[in-house]
Amino acid sequence: MKNILKSCLHSPRFMTGFILFIILLGIALFYPLFHPGNPLQMIGQNSFVEPGTYLSLYDANTVNLNGKTSTFIMDDAAVNRADSNISEADRQTMLAYLAAAGVDVSHLDTSHENLDSLVTLWQENYDSSKKVEGYTTSAKKRDLRTLNSRLLAALNAGEQTLLTKNGDEEVRTAVANNAYVRSNQVANVINLPLGTDNFGRDMMKELAAAIGTSLIIGLIAGTIATILGLVIGLLSGYLGGIVDDILMFVCNVFTVIPGFVLLILIYYSVGQEARGVTTCAIVIGITSWVWTARSVRSQVISLRNRDHVNLSKLSGHSLVRIIVTDILPYIASYVVMAFILQVSSGILAEAQLSLLGLGPKTTTTPTLGLMMNWAMLYNAHTQGYWWAYFPVIAVIALTSFSLNLMNTGLDQVFNPTLRD
Amino acid sequence: MKTEEINEAIQETDAAIQEADSRESVTFGANRNKDFSKEPMCLSGRGVTRVFHTGKITTVAVDHVDFDFHRGELISIVGESGSGKTTLSKMLLGLLDPTEGEISYMGKPRDISTRAKKKEYWQGIQAIFQDPFSSYNVFHKIDSVLLDCINMRGDKNLSKEEKHALMTEACSFVNLKFAELTNKYPFELSGGQMQRLMIARIFLLKPTILLADEPTSMIDACSRATILDMLLKLRDETGMTVIFITHDIGLAYYISDSVYIMEHGKFVESGKPDKVMLEPEAPYTKRLISDVPKIHEPWDLSTVG
Repeated sequence: MKNILKSCLHSPRFMTGFILFIILLGIALFYPLFHPGNPLQMIGQNSFVEPGTYLSLYDANTVNLNGKTSTFIMDDAAVNRADSNISEADRQTMLAYLAAAGVDVSHLDTSHENLDSLVTLWQENYDSSKKVEGYTTSAKKRDLRTLNSRLLAALNAGEQTLLTKNGDEEVRTAVANNAYVRSNQVANVINLPLGTDNFGRDMMKELAAAIGTSLIIGLIAGTIATILGLVIGLLSGYLGGIVDDILMFVCNVFTVIPGFVLLILIYYSVGQEARGVTTCAIVIGITSWVWTARSVRSQVISLRNRDHVNLSKLSGHSLVRIIVTDILPYIASYVVMAFILQVSSGILAEAQLSLLGLGPKTTTTPTLGLMMNWAMLYNAHTQGYWWAYFPVIAVIALTSFSLNLMNTGLDQVFNPTLRD
Repeated sequence: MKTEEINEAIQETDAAIQEADSRESVTFGANRNKDFSKEPMCLSGRGVTRVFHTGKITTVAVDHVDFDFHRGELISIVGESGSGKTTLSKMLLGLLDPTEGEISYMGKPRDISTRAKKKEYWQGIQAIFQDPFSSYNVFHKIDSVLLDCINMRGDKNLSKEEKHALMTEACSFVNLKFAELTNKYPFELSGGQMQRLMIARIFLLKPTILLADEPTSMIDACSRATILDMLLKLRDETGMTVIFITHDIGLAYYISDSVYIMEHGKFVESGKPDKVMLEPEAPYTKRLISDVPKIHEPWDLSTVG
């Protein structure tokens, strides 16, 4: 046992898979501890809010007024401000005007890096009194004037005046352009590392809860499938004869009927109300034991005629004792590997079912499959809201990848011929 | 392998040979002229057949064989690989049911229909298998192998010390030191030591019939002599019947009281070793004998099929 653990630690594949798995498990266990609250609470009024940190504008100004500010001088502050105030359309207009005025703009575009040179060229060349071809109508001239004044305001703003109320008295306060506040001085900051989904729910919180639920589903489904497969495989392989024939007939029936269709039918007939996480896991478990049973059976058949089993029979041991002490330990490593794969396929099966809208009841807990289902129903994939589906896909892929890595790593540990 | 390990192994082998030499050795084939037909019948079979079906292919592994094994006799069943020796031995042990025919045990038809009856039968017949490396459950310690035997012979309620004394006695019979073996796993022993441990098992169980299925074919020549010597000594002490299954006709000639030659699931010739080996009648026996390489003579391979 000690040696097996040691060689597990020395297997790079197993360790990579194990660390990945522990990271995912860590997210599921610890993220909710640091960010408590219902993962399905709808905090956003609008759907699909982009990932980022959100500061309350109202509270930011209050902090400022109380005078808890720091002063910083940043060289690029003006350009950054201009960058966020001048839209893409404005930049196109500026470029077009400069080109029409006969300035060489071939080296420029509308990107952030070139904004500085674009603004400099604009300031050198814009003249409202100059006649430029294509910009002669009064409407066009007016547009250019407003654009110019907005640009000047952004670049040269020394300070802004805020009008607030102190009791009945109106107070005017000047806010300097180099005054900063720390984000944690602002009373209300919302951190959304993965934005929100269509219902305005924090995706990261939802994802952490979903990883947990999906792992539980995989674990229950894997345990049921492995135990069923193990018992059926052991009995069928060791007893042989008519028992083997009957059990293998059942196995063949399960193999011939596509498992997934069976899963959908059973699941559909259970009904929406009864569909909880546990039901989902049990249904997946009882439809996926077949290949475990088959492979355990073939292993047992090769073991049952070994001399040590014959010797155990000659020593008068009972059937149960022979199976438990003379056969099971020899296939234990195999069963562990089968269990890991069953957990992985359980998680995938849940994702597939939920994607089709047959997942657990949608109002209580999120699962990875349900999150995919919601993203699909609200067209996140066609509208480019990548944060609503990509992290979920990545987590499903990583979970299954880490479990498979652990499986092949264990294969190397248990089977010396596969070692490098 | 390290030099120390090699030296250790050499010393171990030397010690084993010395021990074997110093012991009062058993004369091989001392009973070969004794008439066993007056002894009580141990195991006999009439028309014993076993057929295997693999898909549409039918293999007759053992084909209507008759045999009479008497008490205290050492019977060799000789044949090449695939002649049905192991299938026959499994039927004799009750691990495999014959498709046809009847096996009698102690003069009565054998009844092993229930587990209790099987257990009773196995108190009378035990086996040593060919491959010592696969004969042990690698997850069980040597103590548990021997304890199983003590429980099997009905001494379950003995005190710990008494059980320990029994195990020590059994081990010393086969020149093993129990104190060194306790808490060890079978795979930590050498092939010869494992096979000796098997004999210690038989020593504890003291069955009426011992079925030895090529017990020396996986062992080097030195250990082979030791193991055969121990087996025969045990036979002399307990008076048990030994059914010795082998492909080595030379060995069978030296040790057995009667010989059965098996070809394609049938006994082609049987009788006293002198008669069978020195005046063979069946062409298969002649071929088997000519296949044994002889020192001082060129080896005639023309008869090898």
